[in-house]
Amino acid sequence: MWRNKTIWRYAWPGLLLCLAAVPALAQSTSTCLDCHATLDPPLQVTEQQFAADIHAQKGLTCASCHGGDPKLADMDAMSKKAGFRGKIEKKQIPELCGKCHSDGAYMRQYNPSLRTDQLAQYKTSVHGKLLAKGDLKVAVCTDCHGLHGLRPASDTRSQVHPLNVAKTCSRCHADAAYMKDHHIPTDQFAKYTTSVHFDALTVRGDLSAPTCTTCHGNHGAAPPGVDSVQNVCSNCHVFQSQLYEKSSHKAAFQRSALPGCMVCHGKHDISHPTDANLGAGPKAVCMQCHKPGDVCDQARVKILGNLTQLDDGIRGADQLLAAAEASGMEVSEARLEQDQARDALTKARVSIHRFRVDPVNQDVQAGMKIVAKNLQAGKDALRERDYRRMGLGVALLSIFMVLVGLRLYIGKMEQKAR
Amino acid sequence: MKLLQQAYDWLDERLDFKDLAAPLAKKTVPMHGRSYWYFLGGITLFLFMLQVCTGILLLLYYRPSAGEAFESVQYIMTRVQFGWLVRSIHSWAANLMIFTAFAHMFSVLFLKAYRKPRELTWVTGMLLLFLAMGFGFSGYLLPWNTLAFFATKVGTDIAGQVPVVGKWIMIFLRGGEEVTGATLTRFFGFHVAVLPGITTVLIAGHIFLVQRFGMSVPPEVEERWKAAPAEAREMKFFPSFFLRELMAWYIALAVLGALAALLPWELGTKADPFAPAPLGIKPEWYFLFMFQTLKLIPAKVWLVDGELLGILVFGAAGGLWVLLPFFDGAARGRGRRMILGAGIFALAFILVMTVYGYVAK
Repeated sequence: MWRNKTIWRYAWPGLLLCLAAVPALAQSTSTCLDCHATLDPPLQVTEQQFAADIHAQKGLTCASCHGGDPKLADMDAMSKKAGFRGKIEKKQIPELCGKCHSDGAYMRQYNPSLRTDQLAQYKTSVHGKLLAKGDLKVAVCTDCHGLHGLRPASDTRSQVHPLNVAKTCSRCHADAAYMKDHHIPTDQFAKYTTSVHFDALTVRGDLSAPTCTTCHGNHGAAPPGVDSVQNVCSNCHVFQSQLYEKSSHKAAFQRSALPGCMVCHGKHDISHPTDANLGAGPKAVCMQCHKPGDVCDQARVKILGNLTQLDDGIRGADQLLAAAEASGMEVSEARLEQDQARDALTKARVSIHRFRVDPVNQDVQAGMKIVAKNLQAGKDALRERDYRRMGLGVALLSIFMVLVGLRLYIGKMEQKAR
Repeated sequence: MKLLQQAYDWLDERLDFKDLAAPLAKKTVPMHGRSYWYFLGGITLFLFMLQVCTGILLLLYYRPSAGEAFESVQYIMTRVQFGWLVRSIHSWAANLMIFTAFAHMFSVLFLKAYRKPRELTWVTGMLLLFLAMGFGFSGYLLPWNTLAFFATKVGTDIAGQVPVVGKWIMIFLRGGEEVTGATLTRFFGFHVAVLPGITTVLIAGHIFLVQRFGMSVPPEVEERWKAAPAEAREMKFFPSFFLRELMAWYIALAVLGALAALLPWELGTKADPFAPAPLGIKPEWYFLFMFQTLKLIPAKVWLVDGELLGILVFGAAGGLWVLLPFFDGAARGRGRRMILGAGIFALAFILVMTVYGYVAK
């Protein structure tokens, strides 16, 4: 007890000193906010914004970017003497951010895995090049990442989170009036939202699905050249690219300066490819270049026929197995093997990029073998079902006869007893 | 035929069948308007015997491990000659057996067949009903499919809520903190060894008591017969009642065959312990009324945990139900009417909550 009292006697002045220091500490980081939280935009920075900012969370202050000395009172904090830089000019922003973000040694202490070539990349981008020429309408770091309240890209609320990138780009690129001087289309975002990629990203929630920056690059954003299109798509569609590389179309497209994959699949509005793309109907892509009846058209017809055969076969087996399953038959093994047939169909559809009949046919035949086996399993199951029902009929009839026999016997027996 | 006769004579000379069958020949069954309820016990016994036979056949191929259980049942269903029939009959007969056991229990309750001197017949019967539910719970997991896996998880979680010993019971049932292959192995052990052993002994006791006291006559019929003894009618147990019982067994067999052939018991998908629980997971129908009630009880009732309260109430109600004949013996007039009211309430509650459990999402 005495010991505790003694400790308290000596400890309380220290504790009071610590408590007194708390407001001072708080003041050292937020004197800017004392005023700026009450100002109107664009000078306004709220405490919530500041608290959410990744830089503030890592211990940086307003002065880290704007200069000045927040420890000084009133306007002294914003004096030239205190090193105050004030509002950062737009063209200075990339360099200012790059001061830290291009410094590997400095960035390592916060996030060693973060790249430090953003500024160098930015300078190679269309945005960076135009900014260097004095075009202030182009995007700088803060246009995409946000200004105060900046969140890391992994945060779903960040403007540069994969789910939000397209929307962020569209703020300028879908604004026809804003983009007027740059003479580029402004329908990319509208088209992208109809694409299979947008669907994969937003509906299926696949964050690895392509958004603007996946194909155009982020800090080094630029349209891929005609020759680079295949390289861009091959980042994800590896097998298709390998097959296309060996195909006759590669050289033919190069000769005609056609943009590889985009010739058949389109650009921002890439839809889910279907077998109809190989047909001769409104969705046909081959017939945009080929003439009906030529060698290539004949090959197209064969390839399409093969794919249709397997697709129909899978559908037929699915229906048969579903009917068997609905009758309570156990066909899960065949159901599982149907996935292998579907895989074969997917493989055959990928093999199209070789633009030859044989590889597609090979995959289709492998799938057809599985389909034939599963069709047989379905037929067997239905035959077994009918056999069981017939057996049940016989059994029920036998039981009924036994019941009638027993009833008659009981009646006769009891009559006799009476 | 001659050989058979010789064999019979040889055995008869030693065992004296006539003497053995003498009590059976004397045994009679009362005949009145409600005599058909007497068949329910026999049907339940028949279904249990079917369970034993089909269970032994399933044992020839079933493998009780997490890695092989599902595949072995799949093999039984698809490859083994009449394996589908054996497994479907085993599953359907299990459900029918629990249904007839419940029906038997309520018929005994409403016909007041539990009265003195049949208190122990009721107690052994109730224990057999609990054992049948135990068979259902342990057998449900054995195919190791998704529904069974998660239903067992939920079921053992509920057991874990029991105060003081709950956690211990849960770990004992699961063979660890989680439902794993260890749970499957011990559920298999309970299902094919522990429960059948206890059940056989109890069935023997139950049948002995039924034979000892004979069939109970409902009180109102008893009074009527007492007033006019000439009205009292009975039939010989053997062969009259026995043959009728046999007819009931045949009908049960026909129903089972039809269910097995037209609605073979589903296997589902193999359990994946790392997959999220499927939506709307529900236990077997005979646990549904308890499950649904526990779901409806608020998280806190006064200061007590809602689920815990539900478990305690069900536990107490089950205990009191077993001891019901002893209350009836002590009760008179209004007290007996209360017991009848409790029976009607219990039946209505089970029916309503079971239907509600099925309909509710």
